[in-house]
Amino acid sequence: MSSRDDPSQNKAVIDRDGLNGLIAALGRAGYRVIGPRAVDGAVVYEPVEDIGDLPAGWIDDQRGGGYRLVKSGEALLGVTLGPQSWKRYLFPPDQRLWQARRDEGGFTIIPEAAPAEPFAFLGVRACELKAMAIQDRVFGTDAAGGFADPGYVARRASAFIVAVNCGRAAGTCFCVSMDAGPRAEAGFDLALTELAGQGRDGEEKRHEFVVETGSERGAAILAGLPQRAASVQDLAAAEAVISSTTAAMGREMVPGVEALLKRSLEHRRWDEVAARCLGCANCTMVCPTCFCSTVEDVTDLSGSQAERRRKWDSCFTLDFTYIHGGSIRRETRSRYRQWMTHKLSTWHEQFGVSGCTGCGRCITWCPVGIDITEEARAIRDSEGTP
Amino acid sequence: MSHQGKIAAVPAGDPMLPRLFRVETLRRELSDTVTLTLKAEDGGAFPFLPGQFNMLYGFGVGEVPISISGDPAAPDVLCHTIRAVGKVSSALAALKPGDSVGVRGPFGAPWPIQECYGSDVLILGGGVGLAPLRPAIHAVFAEREKFGNLVILYGARTPEDILFFKELKAWRSRFDVTCQVTVDRVTGAWNGRVGVVTQLIKGGGFDRPHTRALVCGPEVMMRFAIQALNEHGISDDRIYLSVERNMKCAVGFCGHCQFGAAFVCKDGPVFRFDRIRDAFRTREL
Amino acid sequence: MAETEGLKLLLKEAAFFQDFDDATLNLIVPHVTARTFDAGQYILHDGDPADCFYLLRHGTVAIELAAPPRGRLVLQTLTEGDLLGWSWLVPPYRWSFDARAVSLVRCLALDARRLRTLSEQNHDFGYALLQRYVRVMAARLTAARLQMLDLYAPMPVSNF
Repeated sequence: MSSRDDPSQNKAVIDRDGLNGLIAALGRAGYRVIGPRAVDGAVVYEPVEDIGDLPAGWIDDQRGGGYRLVKSGEALLGVTLGPQSWKRYLFPPDQRLWQARRDEGGFTIIPEAAPAEPFAFLGVRACELKAMAIQDRVFGTDAAGGFADPGYVARRASAFIVAVNCGRAAGTCFCVSMDAGPRAEAGFDLALTELAGQGRDGEEKRHEFVVETGSERGAAILAGLPQRAASVQDLAAAEAVISSTTAAMGREMVPGVEALLKRSLEHRRWDEVAARCLGCANCTMVCPTCFCSTVEDVTDLSGSQAERRRKWDSCFTLDFTYIHGGSIRRETRSRYRQWMTHKLSTWHEQFGVSGCTGCGRCITWCPVGIDITEEARAIRDSEGTP
Repeated sequence: MSHQGKIAAVPAGDPMLPRLFRVETLRRELSDTVTLTLKAEDGGAFPFLPGQFNMLYGFGVGEVPISISGDPAAPDVLCHTIRAVGKVSSALAALKPGDSVGVRGPFGAPWPIQECYGSDVLILGGGVGLAPLRPAIHAVFAEREKFGNLVILYGARTPEDILFFKELKAWRSRFDVTCQVTVDRVTGAWNGRVGVVTQLIKGGGFDRPHTRALVCGPEVMMRFAIQALNEHGISDDRIYLSVERNMKCAVGFCGHCQFGAAFVCKDGPVFRFDRIRDAFRTREL
Repeated sequence: MAETEGLKLLLKEAAFFQDFDDATLNLIVPHVTARTFDAGQYILHDGDPADCFYLLRHGTVAIELAAPPRGRLVLQTLTEGDLLGWSWLVPPYRWSFDARAVSLVRCLALDARRLRTLSEQNHDFGYALLQRYVRVMAARLTAARLQMLDLYAPMPVSNF
């Protein structure tokens, strides 16, 4: 449903009480509400019970290899992205796939029970919506390979999404050049734009949220909240937020990166970045689209019960490509190249879209501050030179 | 990257749940290689296409991708030839009749049997690479009149390491196939060929512009085999090979088997060589 | 002469001689004789002067080395179309291996001394011959290297 045709359609305004009401309504409707919380100096996605749990007055100061929270303003959702993404819930870092039990006949496989209560995600940024849509192409029912992960599909379908349009661009963001934001376009049930402390001359300070409806179940939840209709000024203020965030991007990905990397597999830049890369795998852990996993088969001490677990894995590990005799990608150079060319290039061929949403997490959380926008630019600028 | 052929029916539902099979027979092929024949606990058949593989699960030990090595025309019995090279394959190779095995599959793009109709077929295997090729050989024999010349070339380490020895002898004795075997080195008495399998190609028996080659073996062997095939007039778009990579899921979820843009588990393991030539030649891709 | 024409035809059958022009073949043919070896017979011995080399037309020949105490080791077998022997090109022109007919072998024997002299007198001829022989030796070297790699060897069992 496009909000551009009739701007005032499906848009309302709620205040802080309304937001609290939203969290409560979602809880009553049976959702586990997950939202941003400031814990141990970073914003993480944890259960929230009311707006008091949100990181009010905090913003994040991010740069290559650096992250910290600083006090500024009064916004509840002024922070942008922390080290976690929603894949933590949709594609859990550690899940049991099934159990097996020995019996006289051999052994029996015991599948997992039905998934737990559905999630409501509060504060999903545009880049994160895009990341979910990207992972849908990996695990979802129209996945490229024809196989779907039923657990993922169930969790995804039942998740209620309250998006938020970013009020600021963090230091490492580049969603604009990846066509992934900052406006939340689709894939949400409700989308918020926070108007905090906005007061022009003569207008009193306020703290409200413009709410856009994105689905029927979103409309149903919104209907039960105290609200007022969005005025032209409200809509203009919301647009201004998005415009200012768009203009504040500090980075951009060079255009044509898919083809660029495809023809640059032997570029000497890979050796240079390999000299800096620690192979720590942080980038893959914080990346919202990275989907690699491994399986672990364990038995109990008696050997009569076994289980199979699926865990996040990273292409940066030395044994990621191990086949009998050794690993295919032995050098850091090859592993870094794999990650970056997959994310920005071969992902297109596999899934029809880029794997990167421009969220900047990999830049912030890299201990040595490797920046893929800088690496791509360096490859492009030195193409063809010896 | 699209699939190169039809894929046999995939079990619906959760692709990570194994189906239980029981070991019917175990045949020791070589000192480190066994062939297991399995039957489904639920009694169902297991249709598959030549070149496809399964993920075999040994209780509490783990899972490993193994090509199906049996006759696609006999889907009631599932056949796997397993070489003990790691923890899981060793455990599977140590199973006894009556033991249970978890099976997920069949997965992967198959050998292009239909594309070979009307062509001469050259089958080139090295070491345990003959196992994934055996179903293709069965498939060609099953419709022998649809193909031109059939040439089977096989190289093993020593005479004691010749896989499917009896079957190779049986194939050699047929009148509608040329079958040559060579070994890398001789131990004891051996009156056959000695030398790398690539040298058998010059023995001919195929009409080069109308030949398709199916190749399977260690990657270095396949690389030199392709070179030799090119030298004998068979172009890259008529050569198919089976590639091996680390696999944890076999359904395109875990990311381990990526080879350039291809997932070896679903875009492969059989590839037409011209489609992966650049990736094949890139070191540590 | 019919016999010469016959030998020339046999030479041309082989891939090695296929792209030699007629004039060059005419230089070679006088130094070619047809030979037959019974199964088990030795065609040449390690240490003997390399006076002759052979183009195999039928049968299998084993390149062998006596390596006490392991006995006789077969390094490689050659068949139809293969050339047997390259030591005739390299001083001191003595064979470094044995060659044994595994089956009945029919071949063409080429007089190495005469062809060496001819090559010295006629460099164009020598170059044409050498250029092709180098390719044969390159293929043998590659094949030998592949055998060395022992590609089908069992791996040490890992814990992965």
